[in-house]
Amino acid sequence: MDDTNRYERLLDRYRDGSVNRRSFLSLIGASAAAYGVMGSPFTKFAQAATPDQIRFDGWGGVVSEAFRKFAFDPYAAKTGIKVVDGTFGGADEYIARIRSGQPGEFNLAHLSGVFDYSRYHELGLTSELNEANIPNLSNVIPALQDVFRKITDGKLSAVPYDYGTTSIAYNRKFITDEEVKEKGAKILLDPKYKGKIGGWSDWKTRIWYGALQTDQNPNDIKDIEAVWDAIRTNRDLVLKYWTSGAELMSLLTEDEIYVTEGWSGRIKALQDQGHDIGYFDPKGGLGWQECIFVIKGSPMEACEELVNFMLEPEVAIAVAEGQLYPPSLDPQKVKLTDKIKNLPAFDPAGTLSGLNFFNADYWNGNEADWSKTYSRVERGY
Amino acid sequence: MSDQAYTARPWILLSPALGAVTFLLAVPVLFIIIYSFWLRSAAGAEIPGFFLDNWKEVFSDAFYRDILFSTLRIAVITTVFCALLGYVPAYFVAMSQTQFKALLLLLLILPFWISYIIRTMSWINILGASGALNRTLIYFGLIAEPVQFLYNEGAVILGLVHFLLPFMVLNVFVSIDGIDRNLLDASRSLGASGFQSFREVTLPLSLPGLAAGGLLCFVLSAGTYITPLILGGPRDAMFANLVFEAIITQLNWPLGSALSIVLLVVLGAIVTVYNRLAGLGQIAKSFG
Repeated sequence: MDDTNRYERLLDRYRDGSVNRRSFLSLIGASAAAYGVMGSPFTKFAQAATPDQIRFDGWGGVVSEAFRKFAFDPYAAKTGIKVVDGTFGGADEYIARIRSGQPGEFNLAHLSGVFDYSRYHELGLTSELNEANIPNLSNVIPALQDVFRKITDGKLSAVPYDYGTTSIAYNRKFITDEEVKEKGAKILLDPKYKGKIGGWSDWKTRIWYGALQTDQNPNDIKDIEAVWDAIRTNRDLVLKYWTSGAELMSLLTEDEIYVTEGWSGRIKALQDQGHDIGYFDPKGGLGWQECIFVIKGSPMEACEELVNFMLEPEVAIAVAEGQLYPPSLDPQKVKLTDKIKNLPAFDPAGTLSGLNFFNADYWNGNEADWSKTYSRVERGY
Repeated sequence: MSDQAYTARPWILLSPALGAVTFLLAVPVLFIIIYSFWLRSAAGAEIPGFFLDNWKEVFSDAFYRDILFSTLRIAVITTVFCALLGYVPAYFVAMSQTQFKALLLLLLILPFWISYIIRTMSWINILGASGALNRTLIYFGLIAEPVQFLYNEGAVILGLVHFLLPFMVLNVFVSIDGIDRNLLDASRSLGASGFQSFREVTLPLSLPGLAAGGLLCFVLSAGTYITPLILGGPRDAMFANLVFEAIITQLNWPLGSALSIVLLVVLGAIVTVYNRLAGLGQIAKSFG
């Protein structure tokens, strides 16, 4: 029975006298309160096959501006569907928001990596894209799509959008290129730089680099205790584990730290601003990709059309130039600009064979234990 | 008015506030308590039921106990600094006969106009390696290399004091401002020196304000997580950071709920003891 029928039945009972006025008003009030708590009118709009608006969440800043200008506004002009864009600080925070929201409340998101795609899938948040509605998907590097397809039985719940690396960033005023090349990831364990080393607070990155520092394959760690010891050594030398790209840039440019892992796009931004910051991909360095994820319960056709807009080469290139990460577009199929060709991590072949990604099954299998243990290790345990 | 209506009137008048407390505080806390007995599955989803695993972990793991004690220690230190630093300006403003008293009060609440996060981050530009303080010390030849002021416990306490000082100052101000000046005149006319008059009259009568400010500073600092996140180093986490990590990073809402309840109960117990010793009724008087 839907809500309208329930209301009409209650109204009939009130009119025939089987429910008094006070009870009638109490039940109406209670149902209104329940509606307010359990769902909002926006949820219904978002879930409709042809909604008035759909919601996109991303990282904000220049990326959102590029999306707004090149994708959302033209999309709204063509379809009449408004795109409401919000921001988040990270995939962990966003997943908490989705879980406490209603189905259909969140529709599209600019998420990180294969790991998160797999995590969202295990939480039952994946949808199934009709690829026929996204013709621009044919321009996307197949290697980036394949890792998603493996997780969702050959289907896609997201389209790859950009990629980058998390490698060694260092201030050339204090550290030479030769020293970084020689020491690789182990420079983050060099006591010479005690109090001048930084690192991302993300547990996955810390364990990945701990594996590299103990000469292990991050996707097949044999001796996790050695990795924890490496992280403890690193922790005792670190000034600060940064939590955002802005903090990373501030620590490096203010000379608070001399060396850290860093995100390729953020380091490129510092280099473009004239800071003498070097960037080195150590052997086994970490690659990642970002995607436009369509969340379960969303109006699929409307979302697929928006995704197709976002994959238009004009849009993807503008966003890539704004955030300084190469787009997922295959360089063999789409002509990219010189600016993009000069971005760190850019692969002109479009195979991405030189990058190392998280093995989603392996990392998700260890996520509960490792994330909790890392929390202790970071605090001195 | 009938007796029944007369008896019901306070409840009717209180019903909006009671409704708000019930739906915005009691019901959410009840949900959190229920959540704390659930479990997190390997994929991150919850397993509803009645499990004591989270509580066993919280009570048996020294990690949580140590961070809790560290949090309480930082909160106590912060409160003491706020009391020491806040009393003087509050006394000055309250006792001042200047026509600019309203302006001084405005200056006291001015920091609230700026985001707490922005205020906390401003210390990076002051205490950073190339911040104002290090540059000044180097300029005057007092140091050769920048001193590491940031990303340690001292910086966390400094950030908390900066954030909470106005709460202390305003509470103490209200308390001192309410003191009958005739009492001070009487003590002086009976031969007390200025300091004796302060020690025997002003200070005891301002204690409720000091106690109220202390309670606010303690509870707010014990529950913070932004300040250690911005100004602390790897080891400077407080208990609220563990709650944040359990819920947001580890997606372990049941464990995060258990940790939240622990913090709530510990702070509630401290407030109860405080009430026995200082008397919240006395504290309420400081608000007039």
